[in-house]
Amino acid sequence: MTSYGRGLRALSLTTIAIIGAAFALVFFYAPLDADQGFVQKIFYVHVPLAIVSLCGFVLGGLLAIGYLRSGEARWDMRSYVAIHMSLIFSVGGLITGSIWARASWGHWWQWSDPTLVSFLIVVLLYATYQPLRFSIEDPERQSRYASVFAIVAGAFVPLNFIAVRLAQGFVHPRVLTLAGGHLPGPMRLTFAVSLMGVALLYATLWKYEMAAKSARMQVRALRRALLGEDAVRPLRRSAAPS
Amino acid sequence: MTILAAAPALPLHTAGKYVAGAYLVFLALVLVYVAIMAARLSRVERELAELRDDLLERQRTENAERDLESVA
Repeated sequence: MTSYGRGLRALSLTTIAIIGAAFALVFFYAPLDADQGFVQKIFYVHVPLAIVSLCGFVLGGLLAIGYLRSGEARWDMRSYVAIHMSLIFSVGGLITGSIWARASWGHWWQWSDPTLVSFLIVVLLYATYQPLRFSIEDPERQSRYASVFAIVAGAFVPLNFIAVRLAQGFVHPRVLTLAGGHLPGPMRLTFAVSLMGVALLYATLWKYEMAAKSARMQVRALRRALLGEDAVRPLRRSAAPS
Repeated sequence: MTILAAAPALPLHTAGKYVAGAYLVFLALVLVYVAIMAARLSRVERELAELRDDLLERQRTENAERDLESVA
């Protein structure tokens, strides 16, 4: 078992339990919103997806710093997987947000809202990460350039968030603030459990992806060591670290 | 200052579709990812099985050559 495989079963079971508890709280405990009614339930999946994806982008930048400092490929792999997972979660956040916007505001999108547009900008920025990697054939240069991208883009994410918060006019609801937020107790508990569930889901899927990539690399190394270079099929050009 | 879009809450039978849609998107993301991981895992298992078979074949060949040499 690779090191990423250790504790994976326990983590998976915990994730399933927490997400199950979150769903139960959403539909049987959290009260209906006075303004939006039942549609507000989308909040408990949309906001955790958005928050976890943004944190994942920043994590990708931090892991990339590890690669530039050590030069070890495993740090680049960790950064790549973190950003890859965050992109998936951010697309989920965009889709669920659009569904909520359609139900609340009657439109799938509001170009006048800085929160929505800034999040879209971040997603589109990171959508260029894999094409950037794929465009560079040399593996070491690919890792180095991708790490620089991940660090700069990761620094952009919190700056972007702060800039949007300082914006004067907005349509996107603001319920989470440093002052404590506008959520009543049951909603706050439900949101906290949902956020924990989505964060654990991110961690679980990250570990699964790392375990799968690590296992594949070890199989190739084993085949090379035991049977010689001819027994190993050359890797196709890829955006993923090898 | 908050500029809230003025819109009454949707009735339950209409709102339910949107909520169901959002949660189905979430579940679909997870299920698709799990399916992709399952496919990758079976590929790794297949490669391991091939590696084991190749290794056994090589060992059999080496043993046969050693036996021939000892006879000679």
